[in-house]
Amino acid sequence: MKIELLNVCKSFKGQVVLDNLNLTVEPNKITVIIGKSGGGKSVLLKHVIGLIRPDSGSVFIGDDEISALNDKKLNEIRKNFGMLFQDAALFDSMTVGDNIAFPIREHTRFSKAEIDVIVKEKLRQVGLKRVTQKMPSELSGGMRKRVGLARALALDPKIILFDEPTTGLDPIMCDAIDRLIVKTQRHTNATCLVISHDIDSTFKIAHKVAMLYDGKIIEYGSPDKIKWSENPVVKNFIEGKSISEH
Amino acid sequence: MLQFFEYVGKPFVLLIEAFGKVILLLASTIRWMVRPPYRIHEIFKQMEFVGVNSLPVVIITGAFTGMVLAIQTYYGFKMFGGESLVGATVALSMTRELGPAITALMVTGRVGSAMAAEIGTMRVTEQIDALYTMSVNPVQYLIMPRVVASIMMLPVLTIVSDFIGIVGGYFVGVRLLNINSGIFVARIIEFVTLSDIVNGLIKSAVFGLILSLVGCYKGFGTFGGAAGVGRATTQSVVISSVSILISDYFLTAVMF
Repeated sequence: MKIELLNVCKSFKGQVVLDNLNLTVEPNKITVIIGKSGGGKSVLLKHVIGLIRPDSGSVFIGDDEISALNDKKLNEIRKNFGMLFQDAALFDSMTVGDNIAFPIREHTRFSKAEIDVIVKEKLRQVGLKRVTQKMPSELSGGMRKRVGLARALALDPKIILFDEPTTGLDPIMCDAIDRLIVKTQRHTNATCLVISHDIDSTFKIAHKVAMLYDGKIIEYGSPDKIKWSENPVVKNFIEGKSISEH
Repeated sequence: MLQFFEYVGKPFVLLIEAFGKVILLLASTIRWMVRPPYRIHEIFKQMEFVGVNSLPVVIITGAFTGMVLAIQTYYGFKMFGGESLVGATVALSMTRELGPAITALMVTGRVGSAMAAEIGTMRVTEQIDALYTMSVNPVQYLIMPRVVASIMMLPVLTIVSDFIGIVGGYFVGVRLLNINSGIFVARIIEFVTLSDIVNGLIKSAVFGLILSLVGCYKGFGTFGGAAGVGRATTQSVVISSVSILISDYFLTAVMF
């Protein structure tokens, strides 16, 4: 499923966050959006799933312009999405099993036994066992992300969004999550959109990379193209050099 | 001069804006009440939290309110030989006023604050965004069950508070202050009418609506991490308590 943002503008209290942004995310590939913290990456992701509507411009999911849809139709489109939040956003009051079962119970008529089977299968996909009865507070950061991903995969989405999936994890767990994203994309053939400021992770997992700067996509292409970009902003970001603000 | 009006007028504008938002949230809550899925399980869960779990605090406060009321009225009425009216005074005060008001204030402290804190935490940890991404409307899933449960359970808790308060008054009046038991009960039957009880229960349902709606509204609009959750919780208790007392006056003026 293709994702397309056309001339998207968004400001908060007079501060421009997205400025005539254009981006096409290729279907069935992993696209990583990189950019500095506070640069509008999360805002961009929230436009893609319709949590924020643009001040002007359009957001297309497949052939549907979601920025123009009412809530009811938007909810139908959202059933194609799975999203892994930065801190997993698991429901504190539910067990791991109930967290993963939640979207299945909401949108399907599967029996309890069938849901249990799906929950176990999704946990197996993310490499977890015997955690269904645990509460989210009993899990480590890496486990929470895995459970969050299992929940995102619960309805077999066509599009999976990842909001800084490796932030706050140790290098070994970062690597494990990176592998999991790649494996998940291969297994599901979903369109994956990842936002990150982790350059190592980006080059490990991305089919395409887009650099967001000053509210615009200033560079887009294969990881190699980004790696050897002549654009000084991209170059400095990849090399981890601070750049003067203007 | 303009600055002065801006300074004076700004709080009123903000107040009206907030009031408008609460009304819109109420309208949205009512809309989601009549749309499937009806969230019966969630409503029962909240009824347990609002009602059953609040029973101990309501029983204790109800009992002691009735007891202190009996002592105070006894010493006042004794001055002109009206001790026989203590039972009726306690019963009327409890059913008309103190039962609904004290119960609502206690539940505000226990439940309204918890609603603001829980929903506020869900907001700052992106759990509410997660609901949206899973095509689940948070007003229907989180707010509607809490509002319905509060409207239903506050009258039930008030009945308990009224009864326990009168029993407390009876204990103090009859057992400790030696008022005749028959007279105590007879005066209650004589003076307390069904409308006193029913109007008190109607008030308590309105208080249930206020405390749940304010708690959910403050929680839903939370921003700014842990500090924001703390702020929302405090504000919800203060606004609910003040609103309950103000609305109590107007409801009493209209009803009695």
